[in-house]
Amino acid sequence: MSWIVGIAALSILALVAGLILGFAAVRFRVEGDPIVEQIDALLPQTQCGQCGYPGCRPYAQAIADGDELNKCPPGGQATIDKLADLLGREAKPLDAAHGNEDVKKVAVIREDECIGCTKCIQACPVDAIIGATKQMHTVIADECTGCDLCVEPCPVDCIDMLPVPEKPERWKWNLEQIPVAVLDATQASSSHSVSADEEHR
Amino acid sequence: MSSSASVNSNTVQLWSFPGGIHPPERKAPANETPIRRFPIAPELIVPLRQHIGALGELVVQVGDYVRKGQALTQPGIEHGLPVHAPTSGIIVEIGDFPLNHPSAMRGPGIRLRADGDDLWIDRHPLPNYQSSTRLQVLEHLHQYGIAGLGGAGFPTARKIASANGIDVLIINGVECEPYIAADDRLMREHADAIVRGTEALQWLTQAKRVVIAIEDNKPEAITAMQSAAQNATSSVIEVVVIPTKYPSGGERQLIQILTGKQVPAQGLPLDIGVLMHNTGTAFAVSRALEKGEPLIERVVTLTGEALATPCTAWVPLGTPVAYLLEQAGFTPERDQRVIMGGPMMGFTLPHLQVPVIKTTNCILAPTRTELPAAGPEMPCIRCGACADVCPASLLPQQLYWFAKSKDYDGLKTHHLPDCIECGACAYVCPSEIPLVQYYRQAKAEMREQAIEHQKAEIARQRFEARQARLEREKQERLERHRKAAEAREAALAAREQNTPAASEGDNDPVKAALARVKAKKAAAEGATTSSASSKDDQVAAAVARAKARKAAREAENQTSNTPAKPSAQNDAPRVEKPVSNKDQVAAAVARAKARKAARDAEKDKDS
Repeated sequence: MSWIVGIAALSILALVAGLILGFAAVRFRVEGDPIVEQIDALLPQTQCGQCGYPGCRPYAQAIADGDELNKCPPGGQATIDKLADLLGREAKPLDAAHGNEDVKKVAVIREDECIGCTKCIQACPVDAIIGATKQMHTVIADECTGCDLCVEPCPVDCIDMLPVPEKPERWKWNLEQIPVAVLDATQASSSHSVSADEEHR
Repeated sequence: MSSSASVNSNTVQLWSFPGGIHPPERKAPANETPIRRFPIAPELIVPLRQHIGALGELVVQVGDYVRKGQALTQPGIEHGLPVHAPTSGIIVEIGDFPLNHPSAMRGPGIRLRADGDDLWIDRHPLPNYQSSTRLQVLEHLHQYGIAGLGGAGFPTARKIASANGIDVLIINGVECEPYIAADDRLMREHADAIVRGTEALQWLTQAKRVVIAIEDNKPEAITAMQSAAQNATSSVIEVVVIPTKYPSGGERQLIQILTGKQVPAQGLPLDIGVLMHNTGTAFAVSRALEKGEPLIERVVTLTGEALATPCTAWVPLGTPVAYLLEQAGFTPERDQRVIMGGPMMGFTLPHLQVPVIKTTNCILAPTRTELPAAGPEMPCIRCGACADVCPASLLPQQLYWFAKSKDYDGLKTHHLPDCIECGACAYVCPSEIPLVQYYRQAKAEMREQAIEHQKAEIARQRFEARQARLEREKQERLERHRKAAEAREAALAAREQNTPAASEGDNDPVKAALARVKAKKAAAEGATTSSASSKDDQVAAAVARAKARKAAREAENQTSNTPAKPSAQNDAPRVEKPVSNKDQVAAAVARAKARKAARDAEKDKDS
């Protein structure tokens, strides 16, 4: 008799647990894959497509589905390390087939050569180029991700990718990198005094 | 006076902050002589940015003659702090000049050739500021370029404007860093003006308590300030003497000494009802209000054993450092270092053509025996001396390891952002590790990452917005196509159902109407005559229809031709324009081709 009680108890238990699980599956349903969101948050969002996917989010999806981590040149090794950390996978060096890590760049249109064809506007993944048909176009430098996608479509080749100029506010205290311009103090002051004398004369 | 000093220092309760050091003060030669005034340098370079925040907008051009105190920039749309001409003269260049910054970068500035006359512009003081509104006084201070003269140079008016309902206003005359004596001399010689400026700041902030804090190694300054405070009309001002310890002059440290409260991490003194200004700022405020003089000069300490006459001096902002050193009898040794700021927090100047700006309080030219250059960095021995002296209660040696291994999460959990970069840890380090340099680099990297992250977030939003827009446009297009197709089908069905004449009426309503009238007439005639002649009528109607159709077609042809003809014959310039546009395009294409060919040729050469 006891075995019937046992089976009945286990069955009830299984039923209750099943009901709870079923309720939780409906009530706490997650839209989309949260890991994709997390991966997407780590990617640099340049939307350059160098990984072979049309934007950062598709690549995030692909990584979640098992693609390699090392296809993002704008993110570089730092991003690869972070992704490896997040996913518990091995960090590999950047795949050179997709490009090399480079300094941050910004697109600049040589405006007197622009013919106003709007092709770059259509190519820009973040709408950072403004202009209209047969009107000059220009890049909103702050919004440009440096993805390079506008350069190819330009029929007159008037878009340059220039390194982002470094500003004192964002200087990284690389004292070794200062172009050593330590003027010899004796020369500096003496030459100054000479010029000052000339001024007074 | 000395008795009152002791009374004051006894009555006020003081607290302390953890850590701190007692480096040799070495204020002596520079603080012994009155503040000097050198002849004006022949050329001054006025950087547009001398403070935190937005730049002003230029209002002068090359070749303009400006008078002393004339505004060179205006607040503009970003409400930047203006800079003013430090003397009268001619603007010879506007461009990029070496900045007063450790990076040796260049930034926008104005080169002014002094004419030697030093002629003032019309000054507009605001002596009875109490009768104006608070906003008017703040705007006056902003227009007169007043910025904090103590540290980072935050625009004073903005600092006050953001302070509502503060309890304590602290005037910082601590000047705890070795060598620096600018505030000391200023307090000794201009105590009354500083107190009047303090009163103005008190009126602006409505602070209930005003404290002027001075370290006890400046007895003359304490005496002068106390007698000035006693003569003051406002009774809430008290002069408080605090014990000498570095870095007591740090904002957070001084607040802790005076109030016993700690400014929250990542917070501002405002969060605990405290606002702090430098004595120099108070003096600049009184000058701007009483004399209508903008901030165009400040007291700079010129010191170090490489100078024959160490002193303090009134220096017009924009004076090159090389000129100042020369005035003070500079005899440089080999590999002479010149430090902007004090020995603890200052930085070695990359070269001497940089100008003095609003935040320059000291120029230090030490000999090698006086301040030996740092020796080679040795390994950390975990002695913990740095943790003992850290005024922010951090663990410098731990931060050092994290900074070296670029572990930014570790740095955050160990509160690197709370580091004030005072340099006490590096001062006591037996291994001569430049700890602050590591922290600065790590902080810069963390700031850069934060900026990048923010930019990535914006880029993601823009990308998603664009994707959504493209998708919406695609849907709209499909919807349009679907509707057009439906309309076409409906029209086709209608044409099949309706009489042909009616369906023909689409093209030309007049002709169609005529045709309809004819058809009706024919039908009426047919009806009146007989049913037998209905066949003839039908034929007549068909002919009429055909005629109508022909007429409609001709009319259509005419309408499509007429607008084209006159433009082709009469409007000559219009014809030229499209051609020239085409030419432009062709030229651009040719240019691009030529460039590509040139590149190919180059590649060929290279290969």
